[in-house]
Amino acid sequence: MDLSLLADGGLGWLDASGPQEHLVLSTRVRLARNLTGRLFSTRNSPAEREAILADVRTAAAGTVSLKDPFLFRVDHLERADRQLLHERHLVSKELAGLEPGGRVRAGAACLWQEGVGVMVNEEDHLRLQVLRSGFDLEAAYAQLDRVDGELGQRLPFAFHSDFGYLTSCPTNVGTGLRASVLIHLPGLVLTKEIGRVLQGLGQVGLTFRGLYGEGSEVVGNFFQLSNQTTLGQSERDLLLHLGSMVREVITHEEQAREVLLREAPAIIEDKVWRAYGLLRYARTLSFEETMNLLSGVRLGVGAGLVGGVGMYTLNKLLIHTQPAHLAAAEGIPVDDPALAVRRARYVRHLLDEDAARRGGTSAGDHR
Amino acid sequence: MRCDSCHERDAVVHLTQVAADQLTQVHLCEKCAAEKGIEPEAAGPKHPLGGFVAQLSTPGSMGEGTESLRCPRCGAGLADFRDVGRLGCDECWQVFAGPLTDIVRRLQGATRHLGEGYAAPGAEALPRRDEAAAERLREQLRDAVAAEDFERAARLRDELRARP
Repeated sequence: MDLSLLADGGLGWLDASGPQEHLVLSTRVRLARNLTGRLFSTRNSPAEREAILADVRTAAAGTVSLKDPFLFRVDHLERADRQLLHERHLVSKELAGLEPGGRVRAGAACLWQEGVGVMVNEEDHLRLQVLRSGFDLEAAYAQLDRVDGELGQRLPFAFHSDFGYLTSCPTNVGTGLRASVLIHLPGLVLTKEIGRVLQGLGQVGLTFRGLYGEGSEVVGNFFQLSNQTTLGQSERDLLLHLGSMVREVITHEEQAREVLLREAPAIIEDKVWRAYGLLRYARTLSFEETMNLLSGVRLGVGAGLVGGVGMYTLNKLLIHTQPAHLAAAEGIPVDDPALAVRRARYVRHLLDEDAARRGGTSAGDHR
Repeated sequence: MRCDSCHERDAVVHLTQVAADQLTQVHLCEKCAAEKGIEPEAAGPKHPLGGFVAQLSTPGSMGEGTESLRCPRCGAGLADFRDVGRLGCDECWQVFAGPLTDIVRRLQGATRHLGEGYAAPGAEALPRRDEAAAERLREQLRDAVAAEDFERAARLRDELRARP
């Protein structure tokens, strides 16, 4: 599968150009929608799912936002390619059939065009989504609202006067809106404040997940913060609430980093440079170790401690050292034991290039 | 990933715990998880509602007569919903509106959509109810009931009923 066919490789959200990019990697907003008069995904037949996909494609062709999308027939892809799409955050684990014991559903597909997409035949018939670089809820929702409006004029969405947009699972009913912000919080983790902050978020109706969303583990100190409920508040209020809470978390994180750099500068600097050193010279790297080391370097770049590497390179490493990405690039199977060696080589290569471009990392060497 | 306990088998249960202000992650194999009394179900429920629906909707708890009720379109009953945590079709939301209102209230802390309205293609746009105003009235009604001001409560109730 060649993702370079996508105008931005499906990676526009990673270009580190968005607001607060040193802390917030990306913003994602999705809307769950179903078609009235058709059975939901747990009960419908492959033929019905094909019909739904055909309807969605026809409707999309009449829109502006999704006029000329790239179509991924997820159900026709090999597991490694499905994993690749999932690692790129274009499809959910469920759609890709990657959950333990999970299978890809016949008719599972994803339409994608410049940062906007729709997953078809996921848990809901449609999951519209927008991914953007940095912390940008408002722009993400504006973009998504346009697609929703355009598709809703062409497809009969299931809607109830009391419950709102009807979904397969009651946790999504109402607005069907889940907004999430992928944020890097090493300061709060190092100061051991993170538990308190996450607990606090729980009390105000927000929830957190790992790097890959629902059911995923926290790696590399990346947290996805999102709204827990979808009903009883307008879309605008849900986004305002999440936005203001994320801003508070950002303030806490910045304070934690200040404290660390003030109280324990040598320890932090050492941590950052060790991480950089390992990435620059290690000969084998597991994905998890890579994520954790990248987290340290990212902290150092944010604090201005490391000069020889840019945020964009760090983001690129984050994506391209993932198992399916690396395996595809190296032309070896995802479970090949050589992957750790190839990963280390790839990381060295990218960091060397960046250091050469930026005039080396000497700033840190003789301080 | 290896099990944190035996360091031999592959970890299948992944727990992220927030305890004593600390975030910890534990990865266990099935055997060690079982020994520690952690049910895979509790660690990662089969569906997002996990045991919630099962607990909430044991037979009989959703009111008389709902157990045998089936959705005329998709044929799903409440037992199916308990099993998979998913509804069968949009019609289910009408058929099981009663029990679902209860579930939705507990899950979402609300039972009414206050977001954007929608008119399906070709359908006449429904007169948009001023939901925010209605919600204010409902709140006043709750306050009046709580304050045992039943005269005012009756007035507010009539006002709410008279709305389109």
